[in-house]
Amino acid sequence: MEIGDSGARAAQAAEELQDFNGEKMVLNMGPSHPATHGVLRIVLELDGEVVTQAEPEVGYLHRGDEKIAENMTYSQFIPYTDRLDYLAPLANNVAYALAVEKLLGVDQKLPPRCQYIRVMCAELARISAHLLGLGAFAMDTGAVTVFLLTFTEREKIYNLAEAASGARLTTSYTRIGGLMRDVPPTWCGQVKQFCDEFEVALGEAETLLTRNRIWVDRLRDLAVVSKEMAIDYGLSGPNLRGSGVDWDLRKNKPYLCYPELEFDVAVGSTGDCYDRYLVRMEEMRQSMLILRQCVQKIPGGWANDAGEPVSIPDGKITLPNKQKVLSSMEELIHQFMLVTEGVNCPPGEIYFGHENPKGELGFYINSRGGGVPYRLKIRAPSFVNLSILSELLPGCMISDVPVVLGSLDFVMGESDR
Amino acid sequence: MTALEAANSVKTKFGDLLTGPFEFRGDVSLQVADAQKIGEVCGFAKTIGFNYLVDISSVDNYGEDPRWTVVYHLRNIVTGIEIRLKTDVSEEKSELPSVTGTWRTANWHEREIYDMMGIRFSGHPDLRRILMWEGYPHHPLRKDFPLAGKPTDLPGVAFTRITPLEGGPFVTVAGGSDSIAREPRVRLPEEIDGEAPARLAAPAGKADPGNPAAQSEPLEKK
Repeated sequence: MEIGDSGARAAQAAEELQDFNGEKMVLNMGPSHPATHGVLRIVLELDGEVVTQAEPEVGYLHRGDEKIAENMTYSQFIPYTDRLDYLAPLANNVAYALAVEKLLGVDQKLPPRCQYIRVMCAELARISAHLLGLGAFAMDTGAVTVFLLTFTEREKIYNLAEAASGARLTTSYTRIGGLMRDVPPTWCGQVKQFCDEFEVALGEAETLLTRNRIWVDRLRDLAVVSKEMAIDYGLSGPNLRGSGVDWDLRKNKPYLCYPELEFDVAVGSTGDCYDRYLVRMEEMRQSMLILRQCVQKIPGGWANDAGEPVSIPDGKITLPNKQKVLSSMEELIHQFMLVTEGVNCPPGEIYFGHENPKGELGFYINSRGGGVPYRLKIRAPSFVNLSILSELLPGCMISDVPVVLGSLDFVMGESDR
Repeated sequence: MTALEAANSVKTKFGDLLTGPFEFRGDVSLQVADAQKIGEVCGFAKTIGFNYLVDISSVDNYGEDPRWTVVYHLRNIVTGIEIRLKTDVSEEKSELPSVTGTWRTANWHEREIYDMMGIRFSGHPDLRRILMWEGYPHHPLRKDFPLAGKPTDLPGVAFTRITPLEGGPFVTVAGGSDSIAREPRVRLPEEIDGEAPARLAAPAGKADPGNPAAQSEPLEKK
């Protein structure tokens, strides 16, 4: 190989580059790429470093959850909801239970203690999911410290989930018409302690990021989603609010005991990546406030000495007391029917949307009566949020792609179902 | 304006085309008689404030005619009013107009329905499979698609030996002659007519060349 002087080589390289001028390159990002947070594949068309076209490909984690749901009773599907947004299984459990309860017409009859515990679960899940999203987002941008901070806090939420449900990830904590069991007597105290520690950690993460010059420069004015565009693309959750749409299902379509709790909805202004980041940070603070109020107001107190129920005392909906099952005929029949046939739901169709960490997790249930859904459609927020990528990415630099993905904060288990 | 009033104002515009509004558990739904008009109805709904398309779902009414129901969930994101539009599509036709021109979010929802149910949307800019892979021959959410799956040209998972759960209701081999019989809640048109389901008659566990699990000894004997 001939090695000329450096000037000649540079001239030759420039000549060769001339031949490539205007030629586009297609780059496959994913399905196994650290910045795609799962198995998302994006086919990028590049002109140099600039993305000219982007086509997201989903479905690598498709398990057929909707098909599976048609083949089992309503209660049997609860563990499958853990695996939708696996960063916030508690919130999925709550969403699904509320949907079936709406079909049964008992969603307004839930015992107050059950409502408070469900709200605490949903808010813990929100903090947990946002913490992971934030940690991974920051790490993709080069700030590894935040990841360590957020994972320390997530570990505590896992401990709380374990104390309540017995499982750290696959919680399956809710039941149709209530909860699997009451929380342990010390649980509320642990939640309170968590809030105190979390507030400090969140402040630390904020000092590392919010006014950080590198962080702001990389996020600001990137992938701007206008208000109209966000609504047109059906974005939900922090991505919708980041674009300045004041819409939160907890406020606008209140469920559980949210009307009794005071909290603010964080809304962005420009709709860039920085706004979506700020909205998530503020949402975590608000969730913490909600948790503190719940700890204070929980009916029955921390230890529940008065024995407040956590499930609807209806033998046709929730499992009866095991002692009674073994001694009384009626409870035995109820237990048998619930386990073999499932909760007997009326024919009809409902849609229930729940404010999940990633956005609106909706269940459309089409029932023809009996204990098995005829059709159960899951409206997955991540799926809808991802569809905007082919609009957002063109014009970005390739190094911006992980930032945009991080700011949209999706999870493929939910998107692909 | 409540959801019922909004539904009635859509109904007065289109008259006989719509039936309803039906209310169940606070959800208001309207039935659109002609699926080909769904684009116009959706377009009008958007002009009266339903600017947010929450979701599009599909239902397979297997054994009935028309076979498909497509369900649209609309929302006014300012007032929070929601209505549901439903329309039936026959199996022969299996096609209805796309609403991607009204809400861009419809793009992926319609692709998903096409992928899962096989209903086509005319005027869709890019009607491809989305969750299953390109070239997959079936539509898995149809009621006549077995839970165990159907064989395709692509190779299945290769097992070196019988997996521990093989033989349970959910772990069956796609295309095995007893795989449908082992499903917990299979729906067949014969069942709907009240006759004995013929395909279920084959006893499970008999020697079956398509199913290695059925050929092997029962697990507890080992």
